[in-house]
Amino acid sequence: MEKFEKLTGIAAPMPLVNIDTDMIIPKQFLKTIKRSGLGVNLFDEMRYDRQGNENPDFVLNQPAYRDAEILVAGDNFGCGSSREHAPWAIKDFGIRCVIAPSFADIFYNNCFKNGILPIALPQEQVDVLMKDAEKGANARMTVDLEAQTVTTSDGESFAFEVDSFKKHCLMEGLDDIGLTLEKASAIDSFEATIGAERPWV
Amino acid sequence: MSPKTLYDKIWDAHVAHEADDGTCLLYIDRHLVHEVTSPQAFEGLRMAGRSVRAPDKTIAVPDHNVPTTLDRANAATMTEDSRIQVEALDKNAKDFGIHYYPVSDIRQGIVHIVGPEQGWTLPGMTVVCGDSHTATHGAFGALAHGIGTSEVEHVLATQTLIQKKSKNMKVEITGKLRPGVTAKDITLSVIGETGTAGGTGYVIEYCGEAIRDLSMEGRMTVCNMAIEGGARAGLIAPDEKTYEYVMGRPHAPKGAAWEAALAWWKTLYSDDDAHWDKVVTIKGEDIAPVVTWGTSPEDVLPITANVPSASDFTGGKVGAAQRSLDYMGLTPGMPLSEVEIDTVFIGSCTNGRIEDLRAAAAVLKGRKIKEGLRAMVVPGSGLVRAQAEEEGLADIFKEAGFEWRLAGCSMCLAMNPDQLSEGERCASTSNRNFEGRQGYKGRTHLMSPAMAAAAAVTGKLTDVREMM
Ligand code: SF4
Repeated sequence: MEKFEKLTGIAAPMPLVNIDTDMIIPKQFLKTIKRSGLGVNLFDEMRYDRQGNENPDFVLNQPAYRDAEILVAGDNFGCGSSREHAPWAIKDFGIRCVIAPSFADIFYNNCFKNGILPIALPQEQVDVLMKDAEKGANARMTVDLEAQTVTTSDGESFAFEVDSFKKHCLMEGLDDIGLTLEKASAIDSFEATIGAERPWV
Repeated sequence: MSPKTLYDKIWDAHVAHEADDGTCLLYIDRHLVHEVTSPQAFEGLRMAGRSVRAPDKTIAVPDHNVPTTLDRANAATMTEDSRIQVEALDKNAKDFGIHYYPVSDIRQGIVHIVGPEQGWTLPGMTVVCGDSHTATHGAFGALAHGIGTSEVEHVLATQTLIQKKSKNMKVEITGKLRPGVTAKDITLSVIGETGTAGGTGYVIEYCGEAIRDLSMEGRMTVCNMAIEGGARAGLIAPDEKTYEYVMGRPHAPKGAAWEAALAWWKTLYSDDDAHWDKVVTIKGEDIAPVVTWGTSPEDVLPITANVPSASDFTGGKVGAAQRSLDYMGLTPGMPLSEVEIDTVFIGSCTNGRIEDLRAAAAVLKGRKIKEGLRAMVVPGSGLVRAQAEEEGLADIFKEAGFEWRLAGCSMCLAMNPDQLSEGERCASTSNRNFEGRQGYKGRTHLMSPAMAAAAAVTGKLTDVREMM
């Protein structure tokens, strides 16, 4: 997995609440058996018309935001399905960090498995960041995972919370499965115990 | 011993390892797999040279992509990318030696209907699937939730999940439901009350007389939509109804194993003085038959209400409500019961079980659907379909003018040929009314099977109580 340490980049504003996984990557793009290549279809139904032409009003189509690496959005980002295609599409587009007042649970977890940092901040702080993002390409935000801070283009800084284990894995780019397999003996003995106690499982 | 909730008890019984910071390896008893969220996980295993740790606890069934028309055995009914996904599952199931119900098997169906039906889902288990509606299995008092594809790979390889414990939330529905009010109305009303983010960070336990009174099918409907309320999982404590449903199922324990299991299952309830981080109480008698008007499952109103206007809301919801109204093509102030529909879809893992079909058929018996309407029933599994045919329900649907389909997810998410066209308005028993969910620019109103059947007859959103 790609490491995430510190990022300075353009932030795209999406001041919508309840941005769901069907908006992020509509179901017709789930028919892939690969993880890559979904970036062109990120937010497909908002980004393109039926003929596949870009909708010029959509934020990621505007010249200032085509290379956005950060997304600032409304409450309950990523609600809906468990599809990991959502973070795959976000990452493939080039976005490495999403900032919102809150995230849906499964989406939040999925981000960490794919080198994306989701940051939950209080609404008032997200409002400040949203304003900053609206300034366009001149406004570069800085996200520092080590220090757990987001800094606006004006130098205003906000601290965020992140689970220490998730932070560690993201900063080191660690593979979960490899880490868990180091504890195989604990799983073996647990399996032996429940095999005796709950044989019907 | 300190008092515990049901969630605490199941959690404690499955922690295989706990790190100093509270990060746990939770042991997984059942892993359900479908074709859409698993190919990349199996590919990951292959690339790392890993095997499936517990193939006996892993069950796969294709459901999202499969066509539900009677001619689906003909390969041409599937688009090429759908066929590749289903074939990948065929191959992965075979190569890794996991239980499998192929499209041609009568037991095939929506993964969340097949699991309980085959007795794979049992009280006190941990159940996961790369699908958010895994919450359905919580109806058995199993800790069940959706996971992403990386986690699917993690469970395949290690039979565990890296987890931190969620908070406990109690949702109590007291007293009795009024006539015409169903499990779907309960679960939608709870989301209407708490919002789609109200359950974020929690595992919900549903309790109270109205929940106890529900059948297992109804309980599955309630837990199914815990995810729309933002919760990781929904739970209902097992009782006699649960045991009766489970007993005799193909993979349920038998003989002495049954007795041992039963003894443990009977300890699975929340202790009286257990701690809850959040409590929501709703009176059963206050719940009405409801429909959704917008594009979020929290946009719920009684069928007797009028379409709201954006100014009825506050904060970020004002813009969202306006966007919903525009998308749905609705005028504020208009009675919901005057909204005309084009299509009716009865099915999905929320409402594709036998009891749902019975409820819809009870309304449709001796009636016809409104002329020009498109209406389909898609049973949740081949076995539900067979039972409905045996009970004469299929004939009622067909005589009323419904299409009688084969099992699958169908128009719940339109990954298969069943889709809404632009602007088409659907009365649907599924679980998500998101923009584009049932087809590009399609408009979805969520409701119970009985309400969907009533809408099919009148061609408008309809209060089923007028037809009872
Ligand atoms: S029926 Fe709908 S919600 Fe249920 S598993 Fe299928 S697509 Fe998902």
